[in-house]
Amino acid sequence: MNIKAFKKILINKRQSYILFFERLTPFFSLVIMFLILGFLSPYFFTLNNLLTIGIQVSVIAIMAIGQTFVIISAGIDLSVGSVLALSGIISAVLMRGGCPTSLAIIAGIGVGSFCGFINGFIITRGKIAPFIITLGMMGIARGLALIITGGNPVFGLPENFSFLGNGRIFGIPVPIIIMSIIVVIAYLFLSRHILGRYTYAIGSNVEAARLSGIDINRYNTAVYIISGMLAGIAGVLLTSRLVTGQPTAGTGYELDTIAAVVIGGASLMGGQGTIIGTIIGAFIMATLRNGCNLLNISAFWQLIIIGAVIILAVYYDQVRRRHSATLGG
Amino acid sequence: MTDETLLLEMRNITKRFPGVVALDRVNLNVKRGEVHVLVGENGAGKSTLMKILTGAYSKDEGQIFFMGEELHVKNPREALDRGISMIYQETSLVPHLNVAENIYLGREPLFPSGWLNKSKQYDWAEKILKKLHLCFLPTTQITKLGIAQRRMVEIAKALSADSKIMIMDEPTAALTKAEIDELFSLISQLKKTGISVIYISHRLEEITEIGDRVTVLRDGQKISTNEISDVDILSLIRMMVGREVDETLYKKEDVKIGEECLRVEGLSRRGDLNDINFTVKKGEILGIAGLVGAGRTELVRAIVGADPIDRGKIFIEKKEVKIRSPHDAISAGIGFLPENRRDDGLALDLSVKDNITLANVTRFTRFGWISKSSENSESETYRKDLKIKCQQLNQSVKFLSGGNQQKILIARWLITNTKILICDEPTRGIDVGTKAEIFGLINQLAKKGVAVIMISSYLPEILTMSDRIMVMREGCITARFEKEDANQEKILHYATVG
Repeated sequence: MNIKAFKKILINKRQSYILFFERLTPFFSLVIMFLILGFLSPYFFTLNNLLTIGIQVSVIAIMAIGQTFVIISAGIDLSVGSVLALSGIISAVLMRGGCPTSLAIIAGIGVGSFCGFINGFIITRGKIAPFIITLGMMGIARGLALIITGGNPVFGLPENFSFLGNGRIFGIPVPIIIMSIIVVIAYLFLSRHILGRYTYAIGSNVEAARLSGIDINRYNTAVYIISGMLAGIAGVLLTSRLVTGQPTAGTGYELDTIAAVVIGGASLMGGQGTIIGTIIGAFIMATLRNGCNLLNISAFWQLIIIGAVIILAVYYDQVRRRHSATLGG
Repeated sequence: MTDETLLLEMRNITKRFPGVVALDRVNLNVKRGEVHVLVGENGAGKSTLMKILTGAYSKDEGQIFFMGEELHVKNPREALDRGISMIYQETSLVPHLNVAENIYLGREPLFPSGWLNKSKQYDWAEKILKKLHLCFLPTTQITKLGIAQRRMVEIAKALSADSKIMIMDEPTAALTKAEIDELFSLISQLKKTGISVIYISHRLEEITEIGDRVTVLRDGQKISTNEISDVDILSLIRMMVGREVDETLYKKEDVKIGEECLRVEGLSRRGDLNDINFTVKKGEILGIAGLVGAGRTELVRAIVGADPIDRGKIFIEKKEVKIRSPHDAISAGIGFLPENRRDDGLALDLSVKDNITLANVTRFTRFGWISKSSENSESETYRKDLKIKCQQLNQSVKFLSGGNQQKILIARWLITNTKILICDEPTRGIDVGTKAEIFGLINQLAKKGVAVIMISSYLPEILTMSDRIMVMREGCITARFEKEDANQEKILHYATVG
């Protein structure tokens, strides 16, 4: 073996190590954040607080998983916050009207999925930028939620419904369990199902995907349906936790989910991103909020801190991309 | 220090790219007020030479003298400031601005306070348009102009920048006869004012009409410079192709040619394709020759359903098939290696394995769930067979060489049981050794009874690899040859003037 070939192997080794560590960066950031907060606040590492973080993160994390599919496909879904509210309101109104709890839950999730379908349908058939369509849906879904309720919260939901958001199984809060199940299913879909494979392919190079015979419209629509459905599930869950249907729930959540996905290492240009990354991203956001609360940092300052973290994460992502481009030579 | 009549002198220009010498000690000189024609096949080095002149590329060796001084420009902007401008084939105008705004884009006349001096801009623009006898208003939006008029605006823009030399790359492409005449009278006017034009064109018949002298490039070398009156089309073609064909490197193997596999009847699309008819048999390689822009890529993209057609029928194994999308084409057994691997072929973020199986993952799925083990083992087989050099199947294809990327795309169609393989410039940007491997693979496929359509701009490739050859020009088939009857001169003749 000549020296040149040997050097090449060394460089390749170095490359793969660097890429490996780069992928783990969000995880290390989370660990470091845990250690710092644990050091600053003795309460941070209590079981109670950790479970609180888990509950707080669950709603955002579930939506962010849907957002992950969308962003990997090189799209964006700005409507998830509003769809969450509409889904929650639909199930709440139905339940108060005497509909069985399970049916009301399914209806709520169904409405979310339908909103996603509409998004996907118009984006693919009308060839319109996802940003615009989902921005429109963001307004429409929120407006519907407000019209249905007259702008007032929906009270008087059945006892059994509150279990979803507030119950525990073997001491573990139900939202955390639901989130975990969804994480596993989504992970499997993204890594082992044809839907996941095509989502990456479409996001990475839509023309190559099309020329490979992939039905772009169908899979792109599917991605928005998933996002809507998961927003629906998150909406039902949040309604259950609050035991109230809030038409203004989830305002601004779309940005939190996008931030979680991007912090988790996905590219807004599509083709890259993982469920694990997104979950870590969601935990970073929730932990930041929790830590700020424990340290008595005002809510106003929290906005600034979280904004800065998002910018840092995206900046880092850019640097990483440029770096790996030069590694490729 | 140099001849008074010389405006530009390029001496011993050499440019190397990884693996190839694009220009090898090329000399070019241009006199004041002459139209100097530059001809050569695709890849002969014409555009590289021009890119060096305008500073888009840096030269490795050589010197450039312009108006008696040595010229060092680092980018097209500097070249423009010195008086060298390029009229691009693809228009570089901003469509939603008007004529005057485009002419002065980046050089807008300003008031001393920094605000735009619009009236001055329109006055100036009007003067230039008048000088060129162009009959549209400076306030016309570019989108309202036709291709010919847009090209005139580009020339006006170059003139307004006080250009001494204008480089025109295929300025007559997509123009009608009347528009070409208009353009030529414009060029004559430029000549009268002492402006020189470097005129690049494949249309040999118009060269004699407009040119003063002609320089022929071939494989990065200057072959000759002649007065136009001393040459004719035939001698030009001979100078353009006069290379020896290395037949030993790759060659179509003799295989039994089978039944008709693909038949195309009356395929047309307005502006691109005009009544295309041909057949390909099993085991046969049909080469499509033609110059860039002749409609070869448009033809194959229409066949694979990537672009729509206006009219025409496609038969596979004598049965008519309706192809409305690439999906239909793949189901019908057509595989397609696109010209531009990175834009149209590969999903760069995805792994080697995912790219290999992209067109046929369903083969490894049950209810949509992918069986990773069978997908892996199958991909591994192809990796070994095709000698795809990569560390592991799960690595991204981004960092692989062009040759390996092409092999991955070939594997994609091998795994799909393709009956017809269409390759658009299959060896573009691929080194010589891998080229032979790629042709070996194409041969293997032909041996298995696959019908192959191969587009190539490199004539020796077409001549050695094809059983039959079809020449295209301006969306039409202008000639068909059996392998034995074809030679470079004939093909180039039909590709340029036929």
